[in-house]
Amino acid sequence: MIIDLEKFIREEKPFWSELESLLDRLEKQPDFRMNIDTVKRFHYLYQRASADLAKIMTFSSEKEIRRFLESLVGRSYGEIYETRSEERRFSPLYWFFSTFPMTFRAHIAAFWVSLMVLLSGAVFGGVSVYADPEAGRILMPYPHLTVTPAERVAEEEQDRGRRLENVKAGFSSFLIVNNTKVSIYALALGMTWGIGTVLILFLNGALLGAVCADYLTAGQGTFLAGWLLPHGSIEIPSILIAGQAGLVLAKAVIGWEGESLTIGNRLRKISPDLTTLIFGAAVLLVWAGLVEAFFSQYHEPVIPYNAKIGFGIIEFILLCLFLTRSGQRDASEKNQYAHDQYA
Amino acid sequence: MRLKRTNTLTINTPEGIRFSLILAGPVMRFSAWLIDFLIIMTVVMLIESFMFGIIGALSWDLATAAAALTTFIAGIGYGVLLEWKWRGQTIGKRIFHIRVMDAQGLKLRFSRIVIRNLLRFIDQLPALYALGGITCFLNSKNQRLGDIAADTIVVWHPAIPEPELNHILPDKYNTLRKYPHLAARLRQQVSPHEAGIILDALIRRDRLNPKDRVRLFKSIAGRFQAMVEFPQEAVEGLSDEQYIRNVADIVFRTASL
Repeated sequence: MIIDLEKFIREEKPFWSELESLLDRLEKQPDFRMNIDTVKRFHYLYQRASADLAKIMTFSSEKEIRRFLESLVGRSYGEIYETRSEERRFSPLYWFFSTFPMTFRAHIAAFWVSLMVLLSGAVFGGVSVYADPEAGRILMPYPHLTVTPAERVAEEEQDRGRRLENVKAGFSSFLIVNNTKVSIYALALGMTWGIGTVLILFLNGALLGAVCADYLTAGQGTFLAGWLLPHGSIEIPSILIAGQAGLVLAKAVIGWEGESLTIGNRLRKISPDLTTLIFGAAVLLVWAGLVEAFFSQYHEPVIPYNAKIGFGIIEFILLCLFLTRSGQRDASEKNQYAHDQYA
Repeated sequence: MRLKRTNTLTINTPEGIRFSLILAGPVMRFSAWLIDFLIIMTVVMLIESFMFGIIGALSWDLATAAAALTTFIAGIGYGVLLEWKWRGQTIGKRIFHIRVMDAQGLKLRFSRIVIRNLLRFIDQLPALYALGGITCFLNSKNQRLGDIAADTIVVWHPAIPEPELNHILPDKYNTLRKYPHLAARLRQQVSPHEAGIILDALIRRDRLNPKDRVRLFKSIAGRFQAMVEFPQEAVEGLSDEQYIRNVADIVFRTASL
């Protein structure tokens, strides 16, 4: 059967135009909120366009009208069937002090795996340098790590931080950008079933282990702690959190828990948590970058090692308290948040 | 939801309606990215000249830091911010009429935009989005790794004008209508598929070059002339295209719903 196109278009076009202008408004004004009457009207127009599409597909092979109606129905569909509530108004403080630590705790198993991989790398790096000092050239391919620890300590203590005069801010931003990139790679490589994430964590661990072994065997433990702890107590956990996000992603890609969800649904379920973890890690890395450029590079006699070590330990305790305790009062809200996100 | 190899994603709604989304191909996506890349480079250059020109006068160190950070943030933030504010579009995507969408046709969420943009870091490996391009080429939904992780697709939304029949069907007197019994027989014999062909040809006629246009309408007219033969006086002086417009007028203007 062939429909009377002229009559069909004449009768339906006003409704299509009305729906299209409503959609245009929704798309061009993200803050536009419909009142109840507009919502009812929008729903009616969507259903009418859907019925017209069904009609045109059943009775005629007219492609242009079909494409036009498909476009209208497709655009309306997302608005009509989005059942998850709108993301709440973003509050940076609430997000950082509640959402971030609660998300961290929700995926704590992935964090422990991340830590184990980094520690394995550290043991590997440490043992390699201890057994064969030449291995350090491969594991620590950085100019400032190629000199002996004793030479470096003497050089830095004599320099009194002068080499960083007028470049501290630039150095800090370089560290922030570089570490954030590493974190993003640790997250993104979760798509390789986690293999890439594990490699990044292991290699970073190997570098850390090699440096520690090199300085400890040379009897420069105090310098090492004073140099690494102020920024490392934040930087290393941040990389671990990024690794945690990568492993959460890998778990969703693999789907080894036998969940009935499809890979697409598993991935969409974790995307808010991945975003929270990676942004949380990035915020911590900003702090670590500032500390590394403005504080870690000053050694005795400018800043006593004990003060630097004490500062690093306090930072680490505060970070542990923050990640394990912060946001606990709002657990019920987290459940609601999770429900909203995953519904 | 059903996927055809013809690069469309078909979604079935709870009302039992099925609609298709045309997936954007790798070449179209790469072209849009190229435009976005040039825009980002321009923005970065402007930021750097501002930082070193203004802040650099006060402190070169501070200018270096600010330039490095804003460049990094601009690189990631460009896609995130525009896709969020413009519902899945950046400037490059707008130019090519493509849009990021939820793979199930639902609303795009902020977290998913962030994930697909962060995963650009591995999609662009080893250079020029090679990994992302290969994945996109091999994936049935034309998704790069970032799209797979965020469960998003990129669809092509060509500008589709509202349908108008006035410029297709004849507004002059239709000589074929002088013979209602033959017109009725023609309506009876034309299948919906054949009706679709003539409507398609009429809608697209202006996009054809003159030679092809004449050849196409000659071929279609021949088929319909053989179906029902109108008297010579009814078709005298009619071009093949005019003949088809008259046939369309009979088929589409008088049939009832």
